[in-house]
Amino acid sequence: MSTDPRLKRESASFHRNVIAEIQRAASEGIYEIRGFGAKRHLPSFDDLVFLGASMSRYPLEGYRERCATDVVLGSRFARKPVELKIPITIAGMSFGSLSANAKRALGLGATKMGTSTTTGDGGMTEEERDASAVLVYQVLPSRYGMNPDDLRRADAIEVVIGQGAKPGGGGMLLGQKITDRVAAMRTLPTGIDQRSACRHPDWTGPDDLEIKIEELREITDWMKPIYVKIGATRPRFDVALAVKAGADVIVLDGMQGGTGATQDVFIEHVGIPTLPALREAVEALQELDMHRKVQLIVSGGIRSGADVAKALALGADAVSIGTAALIALNCNGPLYEDDYKALGVEAGLCHHCHTGRCPVGIATQDTELEQRLDPEAAALRLRNYLSTMVLEAQTLARACGKSHLLHLEPEDLVALTIEAAAMAGVPLAGTRWIPGRS
Amino acid sequence: MITFDLDRAPLRELNQSLHDVAGEGDRRWRIVNPRGRHNIAVGMTQALDVEVAGHTGYYCGGMNQNAAITICGHAGQGVAENIVSGRVRVKGNASQSAAASGRGGLVVIEGDAGARCGISMKGVDIVVGGSVDHMSAFLAQAGTLVVCGDAGPDLGDSIYEAVIFVGGQVGSLGADCIEKEMTAAHRGKLEALLAQAGIGADTSAFRRFGSARRLYNFHVDHAGEY
Repeated sequence: MSTDPRLKRESASFHRNVIAEIQRAASEGIYEIRGFGAKRHLPSFDDLVFLGASMSRYPLEGYRERCATDVVLGSRFARKPVELKIPITIAGMSFGSLSANAKRALGLGATKMGTSTTTGDGGMTEEERDASAVLVYQVLPSRYGMNPDDLRRADAIEVVIGQGAKPGGGGMLLGQKITDRVAAMRTLPTGIDQRSACRHPDWTGPDDLEIKIEELREITDWMKPIYVKIGATRPRFDVALAVKAGADVIVLDGMQGGTGATQDVFIEHVGIPTLPALREAVEALQELDMHRKVQLIVSGGIRSGADVAKALALGADAVSIGTAALIALNCNGPLYEDDYKALGVEAGLCHHCHTGRCPVGIATQDTELEQRLDPEAAALRLRNYLSTMVLEAQTLARACGKSHLLHLEPEDLVALTIEAAAMAGVPLAGTRWIPGRS
Repeated sequence: MITFDLDRAPLRELNQSLHDVAGEGDRRWRIVNPRGRHNIAVGMTQALDVEVAGHTGYYCGGMNQNAAITICGHAGQGVAENIVSGRVRVKGNASQSAAASGRGGLVVIEGDAGARCGISMKGVDIVVGGSVDHMSAFLAQAGTLVVCGDAGPDLGDSIYEAVIFVGGQVGSLGADCIEKEMTAAHRGKLEALLAQAGIGADTSAFRRFGSARRLYNFHVDHAGEY
């Protein structure tokens, strides 16, 4: 028998991760539930590059010429649109999934940079309202914590139809995180496994949504912008229908978007990546002559200023970050290594938001773990991260000769792979070829 | 009494006027010519008496706080959705999702209610003089649903801590919903609710339903029960 290690060959179909999952399923008899987002490789903004200025394009001086970053959201119908200093917002994440300290840190950090944060399933906490100068209030299928007083004291309203990590699925918060406070906010018994509805209780379809949006406007005297959040599946149709229903802003969440707890099979196998979803959404808006009139916020796997700039160049008005914001707070940070080990992971691989045993005090309701996150210090880290992203995006925009981030355009981009060229609708680098178009 | 004619002025003006009523303003309003319009008297916060003289579309009385709204006709989908307090009375029938996710207050439907009456209710009390259709009290979390007539299939599916009283026949019970003992205390609560609603009914035939609490925590052995 040969012992030559070069002859050992792992199966591509049944590699070690697959074998482990089959044996886990055989042992437990139930699918895996976890947090975080899709872990598979997907076509992404990494597959695009900017062309930069050249003989035919003039760059702006990097440290001398202004590159503006402000954005107005909700100018279609709302009497009081949201005005942000930067086009990077904080995505909806619930108190319950996150600790009160984490919600407060997100609000403080976002406010320092002049941008918004968003509530989540379970309603609005005092901590996040106090900490957030601009707060978007989500109206979700579960209606947990839904309250007209909170609707009125929000700065914008987001009707959630789906999210990128699980389009077609409802919220999930396992019993270990349903503390007395979380249970009271959601009118549920303490300690149960909360599995939210996936459809709204009082409307179905775009015609109903139009009436629901009118109701929300009437209740708030047409002051607040109404966002509609969709998980990326059929964005060309969903965006058109959201426009028809009267949305001021559309939030499009690609499959790289995160979650506090969802079935792994849902996270990895439902929805489409952010890159093609964004292009389809922009085309739908352009076909309706509503591009830049109904604003588009894109989320799902946004990590850097380069991602921000590329999303804006493809036609988004702003981006939203969830997972990346939590990482800035210290999610998966190399701290409390023994606690990571107790969860069977190490820093950098943790996806145990669903267990409530978050070693760094972010995705937990445990009072001791929660104290590990200092909201003031965490807010400063978020501010630094957001500031870095903005500086990076400005660097790229100036290199392309743009005096505002929103002046970036598809012509500034090419793709490094055929897949990305087809999905983003920009030429393959070194060619004029856009697969499927030319 | 203030009379507001929806043939003469738009819905926006009506709702803004209702929202702007100051402490000393007239407390009695009558809305004429509703003609099935949606979103009439939504987001009320003042303790006003509002009478709608006719049929309404979707969400009449939605998210009501403190007001007493009477619909002298039939009500469309989602009447009194997410009601927080006060009262909404429908003198006719109500379409589906009546009082959906209601958090408090009282909703009275003198006629029948469509499917999913009381879906996701979170503390509201609902009294239906007639019957309700399928999936009523689906995901009902808290509050009481009283049905004087019959209930359609899958009543109380995935119910939490809400309580259901039914005077007539039940098509079928949904997942984790079971019949429970009707004690004197429960009958007393039922009679009080009927009296509050102004609905006369013989309570002797009523049965009580609620959660078996078997599905509160997911266990793979129960997967087939959904």
